[in-house]
Amino acid sequence: MSILIDKKTKIVVQGFTGKFGSFHAEEMIKYGTNIVGGVTPGKGGQTHLGLPVFNTVKDAVKKTGATASILFVPPEFAADSAMEAADAGIKTCVAITDGIPSHDMIKIKRYMRRYSKKDKMTLVGPNCAGIISPGKALLGIMPGHIYMQGKVGVIGRSGTLGYEAAQQMKNLNIGVSTSVGIGGDPINGCSFRDILEKFEQDDQTKVILMIGEIGGPQEVEAGKFAKENMSKPIVAYIAGLTAPKGRVMGHAGAIVSAYGESAVEKVELLKECGVTISKNPSVMGETIKLVLNGKKN
Amino acid sequence: MDIHEYQAKKILSSFGIGIPRGGIAYSPENAEYKAREIGGSKWVVKAQIHSGARGKAGGIIICNSKLEVAQAADKLLGKKLVTKQTGPQGKIVHRVYIEEATDIKKELYLGLVFDRSSECIMVVASTEGGMSVEEISKKKPESIIRSKIEVAVGMQKFQAREIAFGLGIDPKLISRTAEVIIGCYRAFSELDATMVEINPLVISKNEQILALDCKMSFDNNALFRRNQVSELRDKAQENSNEVYASDRGLNYVNLEGNIGNIINGAGLAMASMDMIKLAGGEPANFLDVGGGATPEKMVKAFKLISQDEKVKVILVNIFAGINRCDWVAEGIIQALQKIEINMPLVIRLAGTNVEKGNKILKESKINYIEASTLEDAANKAVKALKELGKN
Repeated sequence: MSILIDKKTKIVVQGFTGKFGSFHAEEMIKYGTNIVGGVTPGKGGQTHLGLPVFNTVKDAVKKTGATASILFVPPEFAADSAMEAADAGIKTCVAITDGIPSHDMIKIKRYMRRYSKKDKMTLVGPNCAGIISPGKALLGIMPGHIYMQGKVGVIGRSGTLGYEAAQQMKNLNIGVSTSVGIGGDPINGCSFRDILEKFEQDDQTKVILMIGEIGGPQEVEAGKFAKENMSKPIVAYIAGLTAPKGRVMGHAGAIVSAYGESAVEKVELLKECGVTISKNPSVMGETIKLVLNGKKN
Repeated sequence: MDIHEYQAKKILSSFGIGIPRGGIAYSPENAEYKAREIGGSKWVVKAQIHSGARGKAGGIIICNSKLEVAQAADKLLGKKLVTKQTGPQGKIVHRVYIEEATDIKKELYLGLVFDRSSECIMVVASTEGGMSVEEISKKKPESIIRSKIEVAVGMQKFQAREIAFGLGIDPKLISRTAEVIIGCYRAFSELDATMVEINPLVISKNEQILALDCKMSFDNNALFRRNQVSELRDKAQENSNEVYASDRGLNYVNLEGNIGNIINGAGLAMASMDMIKLAGGEPANFLDVGGGATPEKMVKAFKLISQDEKVKVILVNIFAGINRCDWVAEGIIQALQKIEINMPLVIRLAGTNVEKGNKILKESKINYIEASTLEDAANKAVKALKELGKN
């Protein structure tokens, strides 16, 4: 198995006919992802990339049976689109959009509280690279060919640093079950912890790699959760050793504002939770290899 | 985005929060005139820079005559103020705020921030105003009151009252204090703020509740819908290279070291900086040129880094995903034809078509050091720096 998406998952693209949406929809289709259509309000009834375009997500779900979506809409409209997806019954929604205001993110999350745990959509992102289950499906913007199918579950905030990890693993002949980019924003859809929980349930995943960074409590919360609830080993790397306090390092959420949010503090706290730390970003692959072989360092 | 104290005061005052009478001045004469306009016999002259801890750095001067006000303004205007928060380079004072002095009975702390754990707006209050919130949490943690506000319904009166009672406010001032707290909450949520801090919030001897000093920061991602806030940006308070970068859509933070770096993606940028540090060097900057690393962005990035006088070595680390290394290599070559670099340049390409990319660089005329991994790149950059020292 894999988590969140596989070969059969039916996917609609929100913001389908835009430049960015079209480009990545084609890439996803090339990878073998089951894209069944798209949504662009006002363009319903048209055909784009040989697939039907719908006015609303509800229409798309009704006609195609889609259960997942991906958002390529500008930040001003992204919150609205995410809530529309949740209301249409989409189960997994990836928001690629960078630049959604934090107040809007909080609004989305409050809106989603109306659904029971069973009916609730998993929102991945925003400001992320998306999800890939190598060899099965790509619901994101990552370069599919650098990922090999395998047994490492990856959760990360950053796009290119995630690619770096995938490449390091591939060079060591280590594959990935699913890689999930949860994004670099201060308020995001699902957390490290939410995805850890899913990897724990997944047969294909044997080890998990968490690629975190400075700012916010999520990495440490995930560590604490893992200590109590996870049987699978976790390797983590935390970026931002040199980041000064109080400065935003590219990602809106990468800012140290409280105790436990710097890279050094996160590493210490994660170690206490039994997480194996990749001591630098150049040895993420090697550290995973050691853990896969049953040797902790 | 940060704003000045006087701007934050103006905003908060429009949300019903009391502030002492005051005015902004750009010259000593101007300052004296403002003091006369405000009236009274005691004033405070406050340097307006984007930083807290101005008092300890000599940026706040109490004056007992209009002459002293003029002298204080003369002393502060144009001065570089170095506080705990500005870093050693300090910030230049371009304007001062003249305010009537307040007779203080009680000093309180009031702050509002996003709580990333509960995803609520968190109100933090304490009876120990005047100290920074970090100091309060170290020295008087028991004095801190926290209240989580559910954004979907907004702040309720009882929540504000609870905070006010918790601060030990005189019962007859409770409803006024609650209005101040709710006013701050409204300013926070209606203007897409990320931080509102009044420190100290004081109760004066004549029982007025006043914001003596305050700070506000705003969500950069929401500025598109907050024109009145965007207009308050003061670029003179920002590092000139950072302004240059933000005007050109580059994500850049100026740092203290001397290895300049150009990287695609924020996480990879932080990771590369970590590697530089572990290799024994110090990064001069954080720079994310975006996932695509287009030739246009590379030109801007090289221009920006070459403007930074601290930089002695440049490290380029690009992971090509959807784009390709051969294309990135062409971009680097194009950029270097436009911008002359007279220092060691380490380039590490990775990802799609990496062999092709490296071949293009090798066959070009550019003078550079090729690196294969993140670690290799950092080691070579630090080595190049050390060799410069020897010559």
